[in-house]
Amino acid sequence: MTHAEESATTLEATVLEAPEIRRVLTRIAHEVLEQNKGADGLVLLGIPTRGVALAHRLAERIAEVEGSDVPVGALDVTMYRDDLRHHPVRSLERTDLPPDGIDGRTVVLVDDVLYSGRTVRAALDALANLGRPKAVRLAVLVDRGHRELPIRADHVGKNLPTSLAERVSVRLVEHDGHDEVRISRPVGGAR
Amino acid sequence: MMRHLLSAADLDRDEAVLVLDTAEQMAQTQHREIKKLPTLRGRTVINLFFEDSTRTRVSFEAAAKRLSADVINFSAKGSSVSKGESLKDTALTLQAMGADAVVIRHGASGAPHRLATSGWIDSSVVNAGDGTHEHPTQALLDAFTMRHHLVGNREHGAAAGQDLKGKRVTIVGDVLHSRVARSNVLLLHSLGAEVTLVAPPTLLPQRVDAWPCATSYDLDASLPEADAVMMLRVQRERMNAAYFPSAREYSRRYGLDARRLRLLQDHTIVMHPGPMNRGLEISADAADCERSTIVEQVGNGVSVRMAVLYLLLAGGEREEVSR
Repeated sequence: MTHAEESATTLEATVLEAPEIRRVLTRIAHEVLEQNKGADGLVLLGIPTRGVALAHRLAERIAEVEGSDVPVGALDVTMYRDDLRHHPVRSLERTDLPPDGIDGRTVVLVDDVLYSGRTVRAALDALANLGRPKAVRLAVLVDRGHRELPIRADHVGKNLPTSLAERVSVRLVEHDGHDEVRISRPVGGAR
Repeated sequence: MMRHLLSAADLDRDEAVLVLDTAEQMAQTQHREIKKLPTLRGRTVINLFFEDSTRTRVSFEAAAKRLSADVINFSAKGSSVSKGESLKDTALTLQAMGADAVVIRHGASGAPHRLATSGWIDSSVVNAGDGTHEHPTQALLDAFTMRHHLVGNREHGAAAGQDLKGKRVTIVGDVLHSRVARSNVLLLHSLGAEVTLVAPPTLLPQRVDAWPCATSYDLDASLPEADAVMMLRVQRERMNAAYFPSAREYSRRYGLDARRLRLLQDHTIVMHPGPMNRGLEISADAADCERSTIVEQVGNGVSVRMAVLYLLLAGGEREEVSR
């Protein structure tokens, strides 16, 4: 089967739609506040590209609930990845830290999909070079399993058991014009 | 991204912008307490310098080390090269040492090209200045500095993705002996800037009319239009006296001094690739003035070289693209 034929016979299903994504983020915002006992000392760091948009949305929810602004930043982990040699070179995304930094704060890393855990490992290395947070937590929109490292998320929007052959794609208004999480799998392909 | 960086002309507009954007992120990491990144751990970069250039070598060395690569400095002086070893035999030695990148400075134009295309080595080759030919990373750091000031208003990230379209750059002085001028003309043209070379007729190359730029003999006339003015070093070591009547005469006609500074627009920046001959091509007033980016250029050199090494070396052997 050629590559073109293979992609022509792909099954796609929507697993999260816009209203659900909204509800899930509201829940995560509440969980973060509950665990931290308020918004004091929190910093939200999104992992580019879609984690950054999610971090900003979480900060908005927290501001609605708590009435206080939580600093938001972006943390590009490309230069800390251990698999750079196995992929074509990637362009770097922005890293922007809040002006007060991360020392002594509780950093919540925000990403769209948690998969092998290697991105999060790279993020922990990056954080260690940037300062010394009081604690680091992880919030993800989707956990699709297949971890290769002992890493687990503190806040999960949706657990999504997948096979390795499946693809999870997160689309967000900020980047794609609409909110949606889709799962796709090749049909009749080798398993 | 390609495998080697031999000429500023190797980079098209999008590739040049990619290098500048990457350098911008690299520059951010250089403000941190811990400047070192693990990105190129296990890779080996060899600085192969057949000509003295402490500034460029140290800049490449800092860049490679900040990315955790192993750096070997190979200076031709005192090595077997001074005993008559050929470039080929040197290359085979470097290959045997497992070099992933060779940064080469050579007095002969075209030596880096020879090294990259001869099949003697597998590694990436970066031209760190060859004869009077090219110095592409210097051009990249100049473009980076211009973009930061003229497009991004000195704000981090504000110039991301953008080129230098419509910006006017005046490059002044010894164009004939300058690899910096040639690389700058090629790169700035790709980035959409308009370049004017200003020099005495004796210091312009014969075929300069084929370069994508304008030329002039009149510095005063071209200063008010410029967004950036780049003074070139008068390369006394390459010159016999015949190129211009006297240092005093050169300085009077082509030197940047306090009077000429006043001809510039408010936003115009003053650049110099260093090392400077103070009082010859640039006066102390001009070198130390607020609009001078000369010291900043040195720092930007490290960021730009980090970007080039990252883009040449960080990717894998182009195996799979999944995930």
